[in-house]
Amino acid sequence: QLSLFRFTVKRPFSTSHSSVDSKEMKKFQLLAHKWWDEEGEYAALHSMNDIRVPFIRDTLLSMSSNYHLGNPLSGIKVLDVGCGGGLLSEPLGRLGASVTGIDPVEDNIRTADRHKSFDPVLAKRIQYKSSSLEEIVEESMETFDVIVASEVVEHVADLEMFIKCCSQVLKPEGSLFITTINKTQLSYVLGIVVAEKIMGIVPEGTHEWEKFVPPEELEHLLESNGFAVKTLKGMLYNPLSGSWSWMESTSLNYAVHAVKAGAGAQPHATDTLPETDIQQRSATAGTA
Amino acid sequence: SSAAMAALRGRALLAPLGARLRAGLRAPLRSSASAPPLYDVVVSGGGMVGSAMAAVLGHDIHFHDKKIALLEAGPRKEYDHMPDSYSNRVSSISPGSATLLSSCGAWDHVCSLRLKPFRRMQVWDACSEAMIVFEKDDLDDMGYIVENDVIMSALTKQLDAVADRVEIFYRSKAVGYTWPLPSHTCDTSPWVQIELADGRRLQTKLLIGADGHNSVVRKEAEIKNIEHQYDQSAVVATLHLSEATDNNVAWQRFLPTGPIALLPLSDTASSLVWSTSHDHASELLAMDEECFVDSINSAFWSNINHSDFIDTAGAMFRSAISLLNPSGTAVRQLPPSVAKVDPESRAMFPLGMGHATEYVQHRVALIGDAAHRVHPLAGQGVNLGFGDIACLAHHLSAAAFSGSDLGSLKHLLKFETERQRHNVSLIAATDVLKRLYSTTLAPLVLLRTWGLQATNALPPVKVRI
Repeated sequence: QLSLFRFTVKRPFSTSHSSVDSKEMKKFQLLAHKWWDEEGEYAALHSMNDIRVPFIRDTLLSMSSNYHLGNPLSGIKVLDVGCGGGLLSEPLGRLGASVTGIDPVEDNIRTADRHKSFDPVLAKRIQYKSSSLEEIVEESMETFDVIVASEVVEHVADLEMFIKCCSQVLKPEGSLFITTINKTQLSYVLGIVVAEKIMGIVPEGTHEWEKFVPPEELEHLLESNGFAVKTLKGMLYNPLSGSWSWMESTSLNYAVHAVKAGAGAQPHATDTLPETDIQQRSATAGTA
Repeated sequence: SSAAMAALRGRALLAPLGARLRAGLRAPLRSSASAPPLYDVVVSGGGMVGSAMAAVLGHDIHFHDKKIALLEAGPRKEYDHMPDSYSNRVSSISPGSATLLSSCGAWDHVCSLRLKPFRRMQVWDACSEAMIVFEKDDLDDMGYIVENDVIMSALTKQLDAVADRVEIFYRSKAVGYTWPLPSHTCDTSPWVQIELADGRRLQTKLLIGADGHNSVVRKEAEIKNIEHQYDQSAVVATLHLSEATDNNVAWQRFLPTGPIALLPLSDTASSLVWSTSHDHASELLAMDEECFVDSINSAFWSNINHSDFIDTAGAMFRSAISLLNPSGTAVRQLPPSVAKVDPESRAMFPLGMGHATEYVQHRVALIGDAAHRVHPLAGQGVNLGFGDIACLAHHLSAAAFSGSDLGSLKHLLKFETERQRHNVSLIAATDVLKRLYSTTLAPLVLLRTWGLQATNALPPVKVRI
């Protein structure tokens, strides 16, 4: 039985102060042209849209009082970190959001740019940039209403720095959505052995179990860096049907919605936030 | 045959998506500086089903910012005034179809124009006394007889109301379609390219084929169609009854040559749909009006095809049923007699059956007669099409609200599965009924006599129909 409460274990520091891991970059480079094959290596990510897009959409709608169902995310500025080929950027763009997609792998950005170019509406709404998160912080302080980091944090070198950067580019009371994989015996067996080596649901070598993030650790890092965790839900992939669903347990995949503290509130390095921060819900959250 | 049934059902549900990404690919387009206008959905075919599809999507809230195009080969018809006389092309609209037309605001227009609700349907055999009566317990309408022109008028009004979203191209026949290669492999357009007869081009993320039983979309997509021409034509006409009556019953009698149906239009008028051999149909059209009316009355009233044997056997069966289920034999009403036919209202058209083995492919969906064609004996034709629309619109609406690519097979296959499940059994049953009733052979007549009587006596089976 693994101990899940290992807050004291630090991740190994990389020599460059970057959240990008160059080994990880190389893995994705090889598959840069495979993003848009709905039945190829990234099939599971394509079908993940069926739950992650409604999750993001409905969470933002519930926080807003002024929207149109024909264009639900209109006026919302989204940063898609680790956007890959744009699998998540495009649906968010279709729902009306102004999306900036960043990814350190240039080939991914090239694929994403090419794919969006055929749809004039998307071409205008989405901007892609080959960049790491740190590189855009200076020019994008408190710029975005929403950040989505889906299937990314299990690949970053320095998770705390990553979260700090998210906080810097996010507007006060902005939303951060993360989906990632828990670090459990189950996730090793199903997520690595079965998914990669046996069934080939995920290209082999994509994930390293050591870098999986338990939700408790993620929650702690978020709350120590000015975020309030609002939602934590488990996700389950059914390889037979090729579809995702929500589940109670977070022992495999899970999704998090966190909200950055409002302007004027001091970020606390404690485990619990003051009552006011948690209760604070403003109509401006999630809108431009 | 079971092989045909298997083929009718299309591919196995677990067939890989890749199989649908087209075998016969066309040459990719050269990319041009000014690309043709891009639509989210193009509906090819502006008949009742195509127009309703465009209207329903146009009124869908999740399509508020989308661009839809409707291609119609004919000119725009003005429906400002309904002529006093009834059109000879009418449809039996089910309550479900009425609900769909309501959802885009068209049903109100239909009601304000004209329609005839009916409460009861009596179906019986020419070769025996067997009869089945369909009636809703709760005195609700079973269905509505509506002229096709009335439906088109209502739909045109509702399309005009969403003209900012739905662009209608009249006198625009599509002459060529270019299918996209799977978009992950190339630099060419991922959209369907459409070329119109006048040289204009459109692009679309989803092409919906509503272009009838000789669908060009279906042919160009190389979707196999199982089809069969019946040796029958349908004769339609507008008839005036001998005397005014409530006229809220739809009548159908199975003659050996084919079913004859009288569908109520008003208290004094009914619409005729008489399916019979091609020769007989031509005779009916050629004969003078008095003879025509006599033929109709004789078809409904004559017992010439009865045989003593069948009558006795039928009567015995009926007594047996009334012992077991006293309420199971309904009162037989008598159909109205016809006095005259509207001049110029007689017409005929050939009948056939068809079913596409697939309803969808990457960026393509078929609805209405393009996907399935049935014999009018079940009065289902356009209702199947409206059912297709309700299902497809539901899936497209959800896809739009999830930011999905509208042409993605993922939701298109869900539409196909749902509709094939529903349609195949009905189409097969209609075909079987048609063949079963095309004979005077005693054993088969007895079979269907008993079958009809038994079905009439068994509430659960009747309700399902």
